[in-house]
Amino acid sequence: MDMTPIISAKGLVKRFGKTTAVDGLSLEMYEGEVFGLLGPNGAGKTTTLRMLITLLQPDEGEIVVGGFRVREDAERVRGLIGYIPQERAVDRALTGREHLALFADLYHLPKAEGLGRAAWALEMVGLADRADEVVMNYSGGMKKRLEIACGLIHRPKILFLDEPTLGLDVESRTLIWRHIRELKAEGMTMVMSTNYLDEADQLCDRLAIIDEGKLAALGTPRQLKESLQGDVLSLTPEGADGAGLERLEIALKGLDGVVQIARRDGSLELRVEPSRTIVTRTLDVMNGQGIRLEAIQYTRPSLEKVFIHYTGHQIKDDWV
Amino acid sequence: MDKEYERVRKKMMNPYLQEVTAMTRRWFIRFRREPISIIFGLTQPVLWLVLFGNMFQNATAIPGVTAPSYIAFMTGGVVVMTVLNSGLAGGIEMLFDKENGFLERLMAAPIKRSALIISRFLFVTVLTGFQALMILGMAFLFGVVPATGWLGVGLILVIGMMLGIGFTAISLALAFSMKGHGGFFSLLGFITLPLIFMSSALVPLQSMPGWLSVIAQLNPMTYAIDAVRGLILTGWHIELVKVLVILAVFDAVCLTWSNRILLRGMR
Repeated sequence: MDMTPIISAKGLVKRFGKTTAVDGLSLEMYEGEVFGLLGPNGAGKTTTLRMLITLLQPDEGEIVVGGFRVREDAERVRGLIGYIPQERAVDRALTGREHLALFADLYHLPKAEGLGRAAWALEMVGLADRADEVVMNYSGGMKKRLEIACGLIHRPKILFLDEPTLGLDVESRTLIWRHIRELKAEGMTMVMSTNYLDEADQLCDRLAIIDEGKLAALGTPRQLKESLQGDVLSLTPEGADGAGLERLEIALKGLDGVVQIARRDGSLELRVEPSRTIVTRTLDVMNGQGIRLEAIQYTRPSLEKVFIHYTGHQIKDDWV
Repeated sequence: MDKEYERVRKKMMNPYLQEVTAMTRRWFIRFRREPISIIFGLTQPVLWLVLFGNMFQNATAIPGVTAPSYIAFMTGGVVVMTVLNSGLAGGIEMLFDKENGFLERLMAAPIKRSALIISRFLFVTVLTGFQALMILGMAFLFGVVPATGWLGVGLILVIGMMLGIGFTAISLALAFSMKGHGGFFSLLGFITLPLIFMSSALVPLQSMPGWLSVIAQLNPMTYAIDAVRGLILTGWHIELVKVLVILAVFDAVCLTWSNRILLRGMR
């Protein structure tokens, strides 16, 4: 992977009246990765995204996308990025195909190429058979898929998705996730804002946790979870009786990387430092003792715990 | 390598033209798909002509009205009233686009912002041209034959379009500066009727009370109406040049002002 970032944002500041929505944010994204902006509503992630796609001028800071500076070359940037907005931003009076024809023209595709790309895009999102119906008759999921088709028609290098599955039913969510994975497999760079923890966890290569306009944490989902040092190794030995468990506990206590051991309903829960070898070493100890295993589970802290740790609050406030 | 580039370039339309064409096409597709717009847009002015013309038939007792029939007198007024309505409604689609996020989606594309605006002007101008033709056609069926013939009809269309451009500019500026669409429609409703009464649409300038006459002379509609009326009833007149200049100034002022507002709202 090329080490020059394909997107770089330095010192972004954006104020709306008295509120500072984005407060000195700096980020870098690399080609081919799916980069997530995770944070609650009002955190500044949508504002950040809109600045990256040139729809909003930062009050301070520099943004470079695909080699072009957003301040001077906004038009060039717009030509090489795709945008899937958060709301169903579609024209209900037009058909799906007419949407694609419109965007093909707005992205300056020659007529023949535009037609070809439209057909491909409709096929890709599974709307080919409903393409000539007016969008007023589309379901929410279909509108989203149409937006994806419109966002891809000009072969963008980078795709920006603003809360791609917000408000969608489970089936549509699954479909959108599949599209994102397919695009990633083809090498598309994607920047995605989301406030769904499972989405961030499963789809993103790297995450930026954004809270109150600032960067709270940055890393791969795995790195973020490991940084909490709250990995849990849970063991259920066969035929676990009180004495057996106690023997096992004593044997494991001295193991390198074991922070704490708790007994829980016939299992042992070991709090361990993240390590590649802790599981095998634990099993070695058990084999040495002649203890057989009934169940074993290794869990990293959830992204939810990561979020609370770095921002001090939950991602969804109940009573705000 | 160059030959390939040339071949591809020839297949490509001028980008700006491509943008404007695509967006104007969108307005026409939308219009075609909303039967109500078609009904209102094309039959309402005709209805007005018949309604006003016949209602005020006995009002030819108003001093200053020398037309063979009130319909002939009203034609000019109805054309301009229609232009007023269509022009002021010209910004509505932009308002809706702004509200549902589609405008933002359009602006994320590499288009010149002006292409969006120009497409609106093009659409409204063509629409008002059609409406003016229909009104003249209807009036013709009632026996109104323009004194200046086909050339006069052409000039009537030009006058209508020029007035329409100014009102469309105002509408677009309002659509961009109003926060919600409630305010926009309220304002439109509020200013439309007074504008009509403060013009020579229903009553000629000479018959107005002094204060009203002064206000009406500040209204570009008055000049357009009198010009169209003259072209239908009387004939060619040097005053027409003055009217065209006034309308050009009106357009320039509206376009400059609205351009400033639009540039602030769109980047």
